[in-house]
Amino acid sequence: MNLSSSARTDSSAVEPGTGSAALVAESPWATAWRKLRQDRAAIASLIVLGLITLACLLAPLYAQMVSGTDPFTTNLGGSIVVGGESRPILAPSTTGLGLGTTPIGPTGEFGPYLLGADAQGRDVAARLLYGGRNSLFIAASATLICLVLATAIGTVAGFFGGMIDTILSRILDVLWAFPIFLLAISLSIVMLNQTLRIGPVEIGSGSLVLPIFIIGIVYIPYVARPIRGQVKSLMSAEFVIASVGIGASSWRILLKDVLPNVVPRVIVFLPLIMALAMIIESALSYLSIGVQPPNASWGTIIQDGQSLLYSRPLVALAPGIAIAVTVLTLNILGDGVRDAFDPKSSVRIV
Amino acid sequence: MHLTSLRTISPALALAMGLAAAPALAQEQTGGTLRLLARAAAGTIDPHINYTLQYFQLNYILYDGLVTFRKAEGAEGFEVVADLAREIPEPANDGTSYTFELRDGIQFSDGTDLTAEDVKASFERIFKVSGPTAGTFYNNIVGAEACLQSPDECSLDEGVVIDEEAGTVTINLTEADGEFLQKIAIPHAAILPAETPAEDLGTEAPPSTGPYMIESYDPNSTLAMVRNPHFEEWSEEAQPAGYADAINYDFGLTETAAVTAIQNGQADWMFDQPPTDRLAELGNQFAEQVTLHPLTAMWYAPMNTNLAPFDDVRVRQAVNYAIDRNALVSLFGGPNLAQPACQILPPGFPSYEPYCPYTAGESDTWQEPDMERAMQLVEESGTAGQDVTIVVEDTSVSRSIGVYLQDVLSRLGYDASVQPISQNIQFTYIQNTDNNVQMSVSQWFQDYPSPSNFLRVLFSCDSFTPGSDASVNIAGFCNEDIDAMMDEAESLTLSDPERSAEIWTEIDRAVTDAAPAAVLFTPKRVDFFSERVENFLFSPQFYWIISQAQIDQ
Repeated sequence: MNLSSSARTDSSAVEPGTGSAALVAESPWATAWRKLRQDRAAIASLIVLGLITLACLLAPLYAQMVSGTDPFTTNLGGSIVVGGESRPILAPSTTGLGLGTTPIGPTGEFGPYLLGADAQGRDVAARLLYGGRNSLFIAASATLICLVLATAIGTVAGFFGGMIDTILSRILDVLWAFPIFLLAISLSIVMLNQTLRIGPVEIGSGSLVLPIFIIGIVYIPYVARPIRGQVKSLMSAEFVIASVGIGASSWRILLKDVLPNVVPRVIVFLPLIMALAMIIESALSYLSIGVQPPNASWGTIIQDGQSLLYSRPLVALAPGIAIAVTVLTLNILGDGVRDAFDPKSSVRIV
Repeated sequence: MHLTSLRTISPALALAMGLAAAPALAQEQTGGTLRLLARAAAGTIDPHINYTLQYFQLNYILYDGLVTFRKAEGAEGFEVVADLAREIPEPANDGTSYTFELRDGIQFSDGTDLTAEDVKASFERIFKVSGPTAGTFYNNIVGAEACLQSPDECSLDEGVVIDEEAGTVTINLTEADGEFLQKIAIPHAAILPAETPAEDLGTEAPPSTGPYMIESYDPNSTLAMVRNPHFEEWSEEAQPAGYADAINYDFGLTETAAVTAIQNGQADWMFDQPPTDRLAELGNQFAEQVTLHPLTAMWYAPMNTNLAPFDDVRVRQAVNYAIDRNALVSLFGGPNLAQPACQILPPGFPSYEPYCPYTAGESDTWQEPDMERAMQLVEESGTAGQDVTIVVEDTSVSRSIGVYLQDVLSRLGYDASVQPISQNIQFTYIQNTDNNVQMSVSQWFQDYPSPSNFLRVLFSCDSFTPGSDASVNIAGFCNEDIDAMMDEAESLTLSDPERSAEIWTEIDRAVTDAAPAAVLFTPKRVDFFSERVENFLFSPQFYWIISQAQIDQ
């Protein structure tokens, strides 16, 4: 069904007592939005996601007004006053053989080192917010790149068919043949060890563009293949055949008939791909091939916390919980969006 | 040698440390099986090829050379003693010839007799397998140059002259080398059966002469060692008999899991450094099972003297002035695990004289950073604002140090970033000039106790090979005047050792002043062993003498 071009009437959209004069067609977008609003779990997820995003966006404010420290510089010799008592950020052991140093734990006060310090003496709470900004930014950007490229490839392959379809499908097959992490790690190692030059644009090894690009690429086949299938199916739909019959140009059919029918499915993919992108970003950063230090993402903070699991487990747990909550909300939101836009769909990304 | 390579302690410091005492022995106990742990295996088991501390430690008790380092604690452990040879020979022909008389009755673990032919074949094999030190330690044996050119056809007929009847081996050198005995005391000069294939043996261990032999080796799980049935102790100081019946070296557990296994009595010792967040626990609750030993080693940050901004000596000196060594000691685990350093030679090493030009105030040892002087030097150099990338190993300590250095460089006005790469490739990556590494974080641990092992190996023109993965002069530092001083010091090793030592001290200062690297700190070794391990002896040359461990059963 062509959601945009068919004048679809949904009886549930008619307000009681308005009579036939008020019988108006609700746009498919309005229908989807109405359905989404009725999904309490999805709306709750949206709100939580919004709050997380807002908190992360306010990271500089938190670092300046609350933490009072630079979350990207080391503070190995510093100290703070907690409960009227001066405490070192990194306390060397003074008992037994005097081995090891332990960073300050959660202070319990809404101020500096609310969640304690990492091994470099940096404020974990401030880094968590900054890290969230990077994780969300990378996941969102990678998702956009993935969806745009996948939509273009899938639509072109399905619409034009023939040799173009064969070539594009084989390229997707090659990408699909690689395990996602193997592909991502391979790309990362190649790209992170040297400055990437694309014409006049130079991308340094520490640039966030690299993880965005890497993650954006690896999920393309997972989106492009279903879109290609849908486009091929649409090509035999009556309204497309009718457009062909009245002599509409290929570009007109593509832009006016096919693409609008593909967009809802792409929207369904958006939160799901973003959730996956967030996980893969965290994994790559954890493996030191995503966000590069001293920049932070939730994955790098987990890695920083790995060496403190016994003494300061919150350093690793906090970003872990943040990732879990964010991915959970994205998945619930994704289910809601799918139900709203395409209730018959069974979009799943494995 | 690099981190996964040979490390040793300073005997003087070891004594001064007041180490956790090794348990006193009520009576000698033999038998039992030791279970050792390491996060990963260390590659080939071939003693002529493997260049890691992890397997050097084993090879010292598995194999023997003509001479070896005394298996003893403290300063004695640095002494070279006769091993397969009856005694240490006096050099002849102006120090260019050594004649060793082989002991009688020594057999390999397969039951064959050790002969002079095995000695000659073993020295040739060092070149045939292109051993990692063939070109640096053994290149002055007569015929070595040709062997280095054509390893497959290597023949040392004139360099290693044998007399089977007399049981002697004469090694002829092209020039006197005061460190020759030390060089042939390391496992790369181990004597193997003459018929040992001239290729990397991988996981197939050759027959050994020591108290143990390798029964099996799977780098993914276990290296199993059992008693050598043909071993009879010939020299307690060179190769004492072992106490345990078997030694299993298991791979794969993380450092944290290894600590827990040892605490629970499921394992006896771990090769890797215990993780930093377990150190306080070990130091408090398991102090009796922990030993600390200062090492003759350094953590340092080589700066590429051929790439901007470090091609300007002022920038390199500025970095040295700006670094807070105490902060780095904190990152490494605190003042009881490392001590700040800023000169090349480590404390307690031959020719070491305290010297630190990069500290605030007048002192021979590092006190605190001098940021003002550092900023002044950077301003004079006019290099502020340039990009600098620091390549570090992907380990928590190395990353932490990298992030700290990035912070220091940022404060000096540079646009600095840190690039962690896998521990497996970082050391070779930073050596290759094709990778244009500006700055890196690395470690160096002595192969043998001689200043040349730090100064010539790391900072001479000979050690710099552009485009090679094996260019251990990571900074690419080449100063002909300093090289000439090194030549002079080496030429005097035998004839005037005191003057030679003085020159090495001058070289240490000259290299420190030229600042091809920022020396960060001198690390200490933490050994954590199980309750049942007794007689924990620590050699300054190759650490725990595993064969001397006794198991309380």
